[in-house]
Amino acid sequence: MSGESKKAPYRVPIGPNHPALKEPVMFTFEMEGEVVRDVDFAPGQAHRGIEWMGMRRNPVQIVHLTDRICGICGVVHSLSFSLAVEQIAGIEVPERADYIRTIVHEFERIQSHLLWAGVAAHELGFDSLLYLTWRVREEAMDVIENLTGNRVNYGIVQVGGVRRDIVPEQHAIIEKCLATYEGLLDTLLSFFLDDRTIRMRCRDVGVLSRKDAVELCTVGPTARASGVNVDLRQDYPYAAYGDLDVKAVLPDRYLGETHGDVYDRIVVRLLEVGQSCQIIRQCLSEMPAGPITAEEKLVKLLATCKKATGEGIGRVEAPRGECLHYVRMEGKDSPASWKVKASSYSNLMSWIPMLRGSQIADIPIIVASIDPCLSCTDRVAIVQDNRRSILTKDDLHRLSAEKTRRLQG
Amino acid sequence: MNEGPLTPEEVMAHLTARLSGGIRDTSIRKWEQGRKRVPHYTLWIDLERDSLKPAIRALMEIQFPHLSVIAGADLGDAIRLLYIFSVQYGSPKSEYMVTFAIALPKSDLTVPTISDLIPGAVFSEREKQEFFGIRVTGIPDGRGLFLPEDFPEGVFPWRKDETGVPEGMVKALWESKRPRERPAPPVKEKGPGPEGGDAPSAPAPAGRSAKEEEK
Repeated sequence: MSGESKKAPYRVPIGPNHPALKEPVMFTFEMEGEVVRDVDFAPGQAHRGIEWMGMRRNPVQIVHLTDRICGICGVVHSLSFSLAVEQIAGIEVPERADYIRTIVHEFERIQSHLLWAGVAAHELGFDSLLYLTWRVREEAMDVIENLTGNRVNYGIVQVGGVRRDIVPEQHAIIEKCLATYEGLLDTLLSFFLDDRTIRMRCRDVGVLSRKDAVELCTVGPTARASGVNVDLRQDYPYAAYGDLDVKAVLPDRYLGETHGDVYDRIVVRLLEVGQSCQIIRQCLSEMPAGPITAEEKLVKLLATCKKATGEGIGRVEAPRGECLHYVRMEGKDSPASWKVKASSYSNLMSWIPMLRGSQIADIPIIVASIDPCLSCTDRVAIVQDNRRSILTKDDLHRLSAEKTRRLQG
Repeated sequence: MNEGPLTPEEVMAHLTARLSGGIRDTSIRKWEQGRKRVPHYTLWIDLERDSLKPAIRALMEIQFPHLSVIAGADLGDAIRLLYIFSVQYGSPKSEYMVTFAIALPKSDLTVPTISDLIPGAVFSEREKQEFFGIRVTGIPDGRGLFLPEDFPEGVFPWRKDETGVPEGMVKALWESKRPRERPAPPVKEKGPGPEGGDAPSAPAPAGRSAKEEEK
């Protein structure tokens, strides 16, 4: 690395395919040695025009389209879209459906947080922990499959209710899964939080101040880890959450202090797994009997939707934070306007303050720490003194893993 | 205003008091769910364009508001922009959504940036420029956001007039039919669609039939 002073700071493009996760985003880092001086990113490498498609379909068709917006958040998009349409058309959802929606919603949170925990462990080079979290995640996936019929793209929510009931025989299956997680949570917490290496790699790394979190409109665990008391399940009740008294998980309630770093984001997500178990258990015991949908016949349901005019907003707390759908109906088959605001939409801006001043080997874990629902580095090209070397995803991962080994001494 | 959370009516009264002139219409909508029917509220306020920033300032006096997104709709002669906020997060069951809606006539599609008040708004403003073809004056970063670099200029996907996505750009994947070199499907496919000779009198089973083809 000779002669870097000549052209420092130099630019490191990462992407458009990858740093840490599944989906593509293009990063440009301005580096000074190992330190990130500034960063810019360009999302939209996989824009599919879902809203454009929705404005040419009817609400029942759109519900199935919303299932496919995200592979992890299968229920939040269909739920927020349905909430918006129900408010416009004045469709009252039966209470039992509110509870079933809540139960599936919380299972989704469990599997999403465990998936993230595995990715985070992998980014740190702690692959045995990746295997553990992803193995136990399968239990939630199995229960979701049992409840909805699908591992992903659940197809459980319909405008006006849900499409499948939870029968008494399924209670035992759910209970067994919850017991597994509750027995495991302390182990997972100690693996992640008491491990000296994870602490060194994550404490005070990728810090997002409370002020930045609020001003950049950050949502979900990313905001909560910076000490912002936001959780729609607590603040803005929907489905069965009004009955439940959920309290936002904040790091200082567990650790007594808030750093707003990667470590705090791990704390918040792991504790939310335990919280979700409690919510599901409470929902199961308090679930009222009754119908599961306001209107079984889709033709009638569509006729109701077609008559509806007005605007509505559906808003739910997805695993990654607020998910919002705005719908405008003008008495036609398809909505006049539809805007999907996924949770990562609000969180991407927070990358910039987090990544500024961090080291190149910390990029993967910081990028992953907001649990972005897009991103990914196939290769990184480092351009320096007109010599060009290509770092693949594996090289970047190796750098991160090597830093862990170095710290371990 | 620090004795507990405000009621939705108080929030609305605070905003209307600050903006006597610029308000076209207001409504408070309530929606109840669950067994206890705990309500949540959405405050809808239609504003003149000039009152947008004063309205946001008035909202900021309550709490630094959370901007969820700027949504929009093409109404034909105007673009309706909705700035969807929420305030009083952190107070259990007392967060309200506050939506400021403004109409931009197609003859003058400009709106001032609000990123000086809410830095995180840039993201959504960039998207609105790209998808509606409006111009956000004073925006600190006016680049595109989601559309590919080679997307044609002057085409705005969410517009419903001549600047919307033209027919020729739409790829109808269902027209491409099954590739010929693929192995035959394990289950024999259903007969031809409606125009075919031996279509059953009952409606064809859902979905597939329209794209069935040569065999």
